[in-house]
Amino acid sequence: MSLVDALPPWAAVLVGVLVLLGAGFACVGSLGLLRLRDFYQRVHAPTLGSTLGTFFMVAACVAGFSLAQGRPALQVLLIGVFLTLTTPITLMLLVRAALYRDRVEDGQQMPPPAPPGESSQNPMP
Amino acid sequence: MRRWLPHPLMAGFLLLVWLLLQRSLAPGSWLLGGALALGLAWAFGKLQPPRARLRGAWRLLPLALRVVHDIVRSNLAVAGVVLGPRRRARAGFVAIPLELADPYGLALLACIVTSTPGTIWVDHDPARGILLIHVLDLVDEASWVETIKRRYERPLLEVFQ
Repeated sequence: MSLVDALPPWAAVLVGVLVLLGAGFACVGSLGLLRLRDFYQRVHAPTLGSTLGTFFMVAACVAGFSLAQGRPALQVLLIGVFLTLTTPITLMLLVRAALYRDRVEDGQQMPPPAPPGESSQNPMP
Repeated sequence: MRRWLPHPLMAGFLLLVWLLLQRSLAPGSWLLGGALALGLAWAFGKLQPPRARLRGAWRLLPLALRVVHDIVRSNLAVAGVVLGPRRRARAGFVAIPLELADPYGLALLACIVTSTPGTIWVDHDPARGILLIHVLDLVDEASWVETIKRRYERPLLEVFQ
């Protein structure tokens, strides 16, 4: 028996709408990767998938599995927690690498680096 | 107390994760989860993390609501930029002087800035306290400095410093 069969119709509709909303935001974010112009703009787009996209997907999972199995499926919430904690690290690494390269190549107007001699460490503990 | 439970927040978080993953509140889960939480929190202490000094952590609650509100709003704004007609780029960098210096406060601010679509944390210079962010839809530089400082930095300053 599949998960969908275990759900009453109203719950199946609710879960379906939530999944579609989440997929929609993730899709718009991916579309942004194609449409936006340069690296710094493109890096903004996928955060749609990691915020509201993830939120609706997690909500769909919690609702669907809780209703189908008859006990709360709150462990899915951890996906949201860990994604929120780890996304900034990846994005920061990508953007800092791009900024470093652009400063060296000096093609565009980039904000200047910190004056030499002073530290410029990553702020993450 | 401090000797046996040097990092109560960390241990509590680990126990919560364990109980959530086990999906049970049976005594066995509490026992094993508690032992793991104590052991791992002890190991965490061996990494010598900087001490977190939280004062009035309840102030983080209104901040969290504000952040959720901003995330929803900027999700729709960025979706509008992506789906809207192609136009001249208005994206740009903004340098923000920060008073916040606590590493945990900065980490939280980084999570907030990054998980709000349309703004990305680029670089933070701890020596000068200057944060560089990149904004997708940059209309007014000064209003962004004001927004970050007033909406996010002030409550974080109150809690962490």
